[in-house]
Amino acid sequence: MGRRRGGTIIETLIINALLVLMALAVLVLARTRNLFAVVVLSGVYSFLMATLLVALDAVDVAMTEAAVGAGVSTVLLLGALHLCKSEEARPAHRPWLPLALSGATGLLLIYGALDLPDFADPAAPIHRHVAPRYLQNEVDVPNVVTAVLASFRGYDTLGETTVVFTAGAGIVALLRRRRHKGGGDAQ
Amino acid sequence: MRNDLVLRVVGKLLIPFILLFAIYVQFHGDFGPGGGFQAGVIFAAGIVFYALIFGLENARKVVPDALVEAMLAAGVLLYAGVGVAGLLLGGNFLDYFVLDADPIHGQHRGIFWVEAGVAVTVCGVMLKIFYMFAARGDGATGLGE
Amino acid sequence: MELLAHFSHVVAVFLMVAGLYVVMARGNLIKKLVGLSVFQTSVYLLYIAPGKLIGGTAPILAPQYGLYSNPLPHVLILTAIVVGVATLALGLALAVRIREAYGSIEEDEIIAADNAAEEARP
Repeated sequence: MGRRRGGTIIETLIINALLVLMALAVLVLARTRNLFAVVVLSGVYSFLMATLLVALDAVDVAMTEAAVGAGVSTVLLLGALHLCKSEEARPAHRPWLPLALSGATGLLLIYGALDLPDFADPAAPIHRHVAPRYLQNEVDVPNVVTAVLASFRGYDTLGETTVVFTAGAGIVALLRRRRHKGGGDAQ
Repeated sequence: MRNDLVLRVVGKLLIPFILLFAIYVQFHGDFGPGGGFQAGVIFAAGIVFYALIFGLENARKVVPDALVEAMLAAGVLLYAGVGVAGLLLGGNFLDYFVLDADPIHGQHRGIFWVEAGVAVTVCGVMLKIFYMFAARGDGATGLGE
Repeated sequence: MELLAHFSHVVAVFLMVAGLYVVMARGNLIKKLVGLSVFQTSVYLLYIAPGKLIGGTAPILAPQYGLYSNPLPHVLILTAIVVGVATLALGLALAVRIREAYGSIEEDEIIAADNAAEEARP
C-alpha cells in the first residue's frame, strides 16, 4: 500500500515537472528574436509535450506529436525560414496592450478552470459517460484508441482526413505557379 | 549536406529501418500504439530525411510528384470507398459489420482499409508540402545545400 | 491547494495566453505562426490531462490491467495534431507568398507598402 502511494506521488511529480519545463520553454520562446532559435525552441517544446503525453498515458498521441510536432513541423518551419529572413525586426513600441489583454484573458480562464473537476479525479464526468463502453472491447481490437478512431468515430476521422487533403490542395494551389515557369530563376 | 560522408552513411543505414518502422506502426496499430496518422507521418519523415541528405531531385526519382499527388486524393477516396462498400452490402455508410460474414471480422477488415486510407493521404500531404517548400528555395538543389 | 489540484489547467491556460500574446504582439509572420501553434498545443494539454487516471495505464487492453486512462480525448487530439501541422504548413505557404510579393514578412512593413501603393495610385 505504501509503495502504491509512493508511485502516485512520483507520477504526479513527473507530470508537474514537465508542465513547468514546458511553461519555461514557451516563456523563452516568446522573448527570443532570432527566428532560428525560435524554431529550435518550438522543437524542444514539442518533445517536452510528447514526453508529457507519455506520462499522461496518451501513447498514440505522444507518438504523433513526436513525429509531427518535433519532426515534420520543424522541417517545414526551417524550410520557410530558408525562404525568408531569419531575424525578427525590433518592435516599434513596448507591447503593453497585448500584454494586458492576454493577462486579463489568462486570469479569467484560470478563474473559470477552478470550477472544473480536479486533476485525475476518477468521479469526473469524462470518465463516466461513453468511456466505459469504449473500454468493453466490442470490436475485438486491443488498442482502444484505434478502435474508436476508425470504427466508433469513423465519420470524425473521415472529416479530418478530408481537412488534411484540403490543406494539402491549398498549399499546392499557393506554391505551384513558379515551378511551371521553369524553376531555377532566383527571384 | 550532400558531400558529408557521415550523414550519407548514417542515412543509408537508418532510412530502411525508418520505413520499416512506419509499416510496423501501420499494421500493428490494432495491438499497440500506432495507426494510419502516425505511420503516414513516419513514412513521409523517412523520405524527407532522404531528400535532405541526397537532394530533392533524387528523392523525386524515388517518389515521383505524380505518385504523391495521386496519394493525396487516393487515401480520402479509399476511406470513403469503405463507407460506400458498406452501403452496397446493405448496411449504413461506414458500417463495417456487413463487410464480412462474421461481424467482428468485418470490423477488422473495415478498420484495416480505413487506416490504410488515412496513412496514404497523410503521407501524401506531408511529402507534397515538403516538396513544394523545398522546390521553392533555389530551383533544383532544394534544402539539401 | 485549490491551484495545485488544477495545476495542469493553470499551465494549459498559461501556454494558451503566451501563444495569444505572441500572435498579438509580434509583427513577424513566422513568429506569429509559431505562437499560433503553441496556442493550439495548449488545447491538446487541456483535453488530455483530464482523461488521466493516476495509477491507470495506456488504453491498450491487456488481461493483467484493470484501470485505463480515458481513450476518447486521445482520439480527438490525435487527429487534431495532424490537421494542425497541415494548417501550419498552409500558413507558412501564405507567408512565403507574402514575402515574394512584398519582400518582407514584417507586418509593419507590409502595411506601409500597402499604404504607399494606395497613395501612388492616381
